[in-house]
Amino acid sequence: MPEMIITKNLDVPGIDKLDVYRQNGGYEALAKALREYQPDDIIELIKTSGLRGRGGAGFPTGMKWSFLAKNDKPRYLCCNADESEPGTCKDRVLMEQIPHRLVEGVIITSYACKVHTAFIYVRGELAKAGREVERAVDEAYAAGLLGKNILGSDFSLDVIVHRGAGAYICGEESALMESLEGRRGYPRLKPPFPAVVGLYGGPTVINNCETLATVPAIIAGGGDWYASFGTEKSKGTRIFCLSGQVKKPGNYELPLGVPLSTLIYDEQYGGGILDDRKLKAIIPGGSSTFILSPDKVDTPLDYESIAAAGSMLGSGGVIVISDATCIVGAILRMTEFYRDESCGKCTPCREGTFWMTEILERLEHGHGHLKDVDLLMDICDNLAGKSFCPLGDAATSSITSGIRQFREEFEYHARYGCCMVSSNEKKQQQPTTASEPVGTH
Amino acid sequence: MISEQAKQRMRELASRYPMARSAVMPSLHIAQQEEGYITPEGLRAVAEAINLTVADVESVATFYTMYYQKPQGKKIINVCTSISCYLRNCDSLVSHLEKRLGIKRGETTADGNYTLNTVECIASCSSAPALQVNGEFYENLTQESADALIDQLDRELGVEKRV
Repeated sequence: MPEMIITKNLDVPGIDKLDVYRQNGGYEALAKALREYQPDDIIELIKTSGLRGRGGAGFPTGMKWSFLAKNDKPRYLCCNADESEPGTCKDRVLMEQIPHRLVEGVIITSYACKVHTAFIYVRGELAKAGREVERAVDEAYAAGLLGKNILGSDFSLDVIVHRGAGAYICGEESALMESLEGRRGYPRLKPPFPAVVGLYGGPTVINNCETLATVPAIIAGGGDWYASFGTEKSKGTRIFCLSGQVKKPGNYELPLGVPLSTLIYDEQYGGGILDDRKLKAIIPGGSSTFILSPDKVDTPLDYESIAAAGSMLGSGGVIVISDATCIVGAILRMTEFYRDESCGKCTPCREGTFWMTEILERLEHGHGHLKDVDLLMDICDNLAGKSFCPLGDAATSSITSGIRQFREEFEYHARYGCCMVSSNEKKQQQPTTASEPVGTH
Repeated sequence: MISEQAKQRMRELASRYPMARSAVMPSLHIAQQEEGYITPEGLRAVAEAINLTVADVESVATFYTMYYQKPQGKKIINVCTSISCYLRNCDSLVSHLEKRLGIKRGETTADGNYTLNTVECIASCSSAPALQVNGEFYENLTQESADALIDQLDRELGVEKRV
């Protein structure tokens, strides 16, 4: 595998401190950016690199920056470090272990976008990550890397670390801005897009933590170098958060385009399915993305291939489900999440996520009816695309794709009032192992 | 009680942001640190420091789950029950902790030592099942390591060993 980019030096002792980070080449990219490039040059460089947003949508980063409205209002940068998509645990690691990489990325991006006030919105639950980023920002101020005339240049930047307080919805960019402005995290209607009317009414660029932390490496190595990794359309590397029923879950940085099967089965990464069971389903990009069936396991992990396979690369949270798991139970658990996290602003999402959870719950517990399966599909149809933000759509992904692929399991629950997975287990009389089937009754 | 020092920090935050209102969330964090949860006095202090109405501050405080609306235990245990932890049997971990602490999820022990909550994904998916105690992570848990953790917390709290 090629040299790591975003996780490089992650395990160097003391890399969370400014001096060690600098001894390992830290902030050289910032110095180079200020010395050698005009802001617009950096935007071009990022466009050449092909870097796309690592938060979920995968929008080309350089293009996003170039969309900023040219007016005389103050511009802002928000780093979205409100990591909370189920199955995703990469930004937390970056912030806890190498916070200066993020701070350096924030400074370079602010320079490129002509921003003089930047915010790092850290999820409230991530106490250590918040502390580390705050400390890194303080160290950067003390060393003249933040504040007035950074490294002797005429560029000045103020960075404020803002902590969330428990609301998944604030990872949605317009809700994040509402939250930063001191309000309930209700999404805004778009357009206008944040690049035109954003935080405090000014043009605003919002990037994910991993995206910004990738920027210094691109400045140091060049756009063409970064673009040499990955595939033609999905360039570079990204962190895949492998979780669920695999032998070695973990965060693995891979060039885009490596097959899912490599991530799941290769000894360097996942090492295969837990207890050597059969693969049942894969959720490739966090719980908001469509479930893939095992025959898609050779799909390359890049934006286009995963889309062609019927899902999304999303946040990079690859969740592996083995045949020990009842799919109805798993989907119920994911749907509960959206019910709890729906902000309540839009009726289809607020009511839809509630009723979908109710119906899944009665199916799971053996009180469901056969018609519930189609009723779920009908609610999904009435929910998707009918709310301000994508949370409602996200809540339907696992249900629609799950029913399409595992309809018989849902119907079994309705017909027999019990779970197909646990019934099969009993029939086969398998010796019970440490990991008993999950979600079976 | 909200100390004068805490009120001063809130006022400083209000001038730190481009708009004072943005200081609501960090100020609520301060108020909660002072009193353990969001009290009417906490709301008033934030409202005064930022020059908002109490109702306005309360509208923010009630939206975010980390602002507690009632007193919590000294040790707040938040167990993740989202999908990645679910696939690693977090439900049996929750049941085990309920038994061990003698409370149900969402409750606080009578001595006020522990609150047990189940929470949504805490970004610990690759080291599931996981929980937080007062914001700090404990990962890859088993029933044994969870017991050892409670033993350690008991010692910190000076609690006699439970049966």
